[in-house]
Amino acid sequence: MPHISIRNLKVSYGAHNVLKDITVDIPDGQITAIIGPSGCGKTTLLKSLNRLIELQEEVKVNGKVLIDGDNVYDPQADILSLRKKVGFLSQKPCPLPMSIYDNIAFGPRIHGVKGKQILEQIEELEKHCPNNEVCPANTRNTARTHKNGEMDLLVECYLRLAGLWDEVKDRLRMPASKLSVGQQQRLALARTLSVKPEVILADEPTSSLDPVSARLIEEQFQMLKQNYTIVLVTHTLRQARRIADHAIFLYLGEMIEQGPASKVLCAPCEAKTCAYISGEIS
Amino acid sequence: MDRLLEERLFKVLMLSSLTMVVGSLFAVVAVVVLNGAPALTPSMLTQTPKGGYYLGKEGGILNAIIGSIYLAFGSVLLALLISIPAALSLQRDYIKKTKVAYSIRLSLDVLWGTPSIVYGAFGFTVMLYLGMRASLLGGIIVLTLLQIPIMIRAIDETVKLVPAELKETSYALGTTRFETTFKIVIIQVLPGIATAVLLAFGRSIGDAASILFTAGYTDNIPGSLLDPAASLPLAIFFQLGTPFPEVQQRAYASALVLLVIVLVVSVASRALGQRFSKHILR
Repeated sequence: MPHISIRNLKVSYGAHNVLKDITVDIPDGQITAIIGPSGCGKTTLLKSLNRLIELQEEVKVNGKVLIDGDNVYDPQADILSLRKKVGFLSQKPCPLPMSIYDNIAFGPRIHGVKGKQILEQIEELEKHCPNNEVCPANTRNTARTHKNGEMDLLVECYLRLAGLWDEVKDRLRMPASKLSVGQQQRLALARTLSVKPEVILADEPTSSLDPVSARLIEEQFQMLKQNYTIVLVTHTLRQARRIADHAIFLYLGEMIEQGPASKVLCAPCEAKTCAYISGEIS
Repeated sequence: MDRLLEERLFKVLMLSSLTMVVGSLFAVVAVVVLNGAPALTPSMLTQTPKGGYYLGKEGGILNAIIGSIYLAFGSVLLALLISIPAALSLQRDYIKKTKVAYSIRLSLDVLWGTPSIVYGAFGFTVMLYLGMRASLLGGIIVLTLLQIPIMIRAIDETVKLVPAELKETSYALGTTRFETTFKIVIIQVLPGIATAVLLAFGRSIGDAASILFTAGYTDNIPGSLLDPAASLPLAIFFQLGTPFPEVQQRAYASALVLLVIVLVVSVASRALGQRFSKHILR
C-alpha cells in the first residue's frame, strides 16, 4: 500500500482554482518528481501534503490526502505530528534565527526528545545508513561523559548525514545566517531530518544554489531515498532525469501524466507532456 | 545635463533640511545646557526641596528624579508585558480576518495620536470614581495606557516584516503557533521591541499632562505605590513658572537631568538590542 495517496484533491485561492481534482499515489521509498510549467500548481500540491498550504491566505482545500491510510484533512487529524512525519525543504533555505547547533537541536527539543530517546534515535539512524559513518565511536564515547552530550551527538550525526559537519564543526555556536546559501540548504536538510520524518517534501531545493551545492543536495537525496519517501518539485527536467524514480506532470492545475520517471520523462504518452519535455511549453 | 541638475538640486535640498533638523535640535540642547549647567549643583541632585526652594532657597529635585524614574520604568515594564503578546496576536496566524486586524491597528494609531491630557483626564475620572488619590500607581497606570498604542504598533511593524518563509520553516518542523511565535518570531522581533521601548520611554518620561492629576506632585520621595510622586516635567513646569531667574535656571538644570536620563536609556537599549540581535536574519 502506498504511503501517500492523493484522492480528488482540489485547492483554490479565493476564486482561482489551482489544483483541479488530482488523484495520484506516491510510491514509497522513491524519489517522486513533480514537474510542469511555472504556475501549474506544483508547489501547491507539495504543500498540500503536510498542510503547509493552510498558511496561505484564503485557501480552500477539498478532497483527501491519505498518509498511511489516515486523511490528513480530517478535522481530528493531529497537524503537529503530521508535519513532524512529513518534513519540508523550501526553495530558499531559511535558517532559524539561532546558532548552527540550535538549528538542529530545535526540532528534537520542541518534540521533547532527550537523554535515552536521543541515543535510540541515533541507533535507528545508524541502522538506516550503514554505509555512512554518521556516528563515529570516539564522539559516542565523549557523549557519555559530557553534559548535554547526547544532544551534541545528535547534532553531529545529522550534520554528518547532511554532509555539513566538516565545514561547521569548529563554529557550531555561530549564527546560522552566516553560512553560505548552499550550506544553509544542507543545514535545512539536517534540521528537517532531525525530527525523524518519514517523508521529505522538497520545493525546488537546488534552484537558489550554486552547481556544486546543488550536486551535494542531489547526492544526499539519492542516499536518503532508501529510508525516506521523497517528493521533489523541480523545474529543471535534467534534475528530474538525474534523480527521479517516479514523475508526475502537472499542467494548469491538472495532472496530465504520471508513472515511472523513465517513461514520463523520456517516452510520454500524452501530447502535452511531449510538448513540455521537448520544450514547446514551459 | 538635466539629470545632473536634478542630482545637485536634490543634494542641496537634502543638506538644507538635514541642517535645519540637526541645527534646531542642537539649539534646544544648547539652550538647556547653557542655562542649566551653571545651576546644576550636587545639592540639586541629592536633596529634596526644602522650605522656600521655589523662591530660590536651598534644596534639590531628587524627589522629581526618583519620581520620574519610578513612573517611567514602572510604566514601560507594565506596558511591555501587555504590548508584546498583543502585538504578536495581530499576526495572521492568530487573527485570520484582515479586516479585524486592520481596525485594531487603526484604533491604536488614533490612540497614539491622542493628546496625553485626554489620558490624564480619563485616568483622573476613573480614579475619582474608585476613590483613589493621586499616586505613583495612578501615574504608572495612566502612562502605561499612553504607551501601549506606541509599543504595540512599533512591535507590530517589525512582526509584519518577519519573513513568511521563516514561519513556514518553523511550522514545517511540527511546532505550534505558540512555539513559532515565542521561540522563533520573537527573536526576529527583538530590535523592534528595543525601538518600541525607546519610543515609549521617551514619551512617558517627558509627559507632564497625563500625570498632573494622576501622579500629583510632592516634595517627598514616594515610599509606596499609593503615595503621590513628583516628576521632572512637572518640576520644570513649576520652576519655569516662577518669576525668579535663579529658579528658572534650576528648571533648565532639571531639563538637563531629563535629557541625560533619556540619553543613557537610549544608548543602553541600543547596546542591548545589538547584543541580542546577532542571530537575526537580515
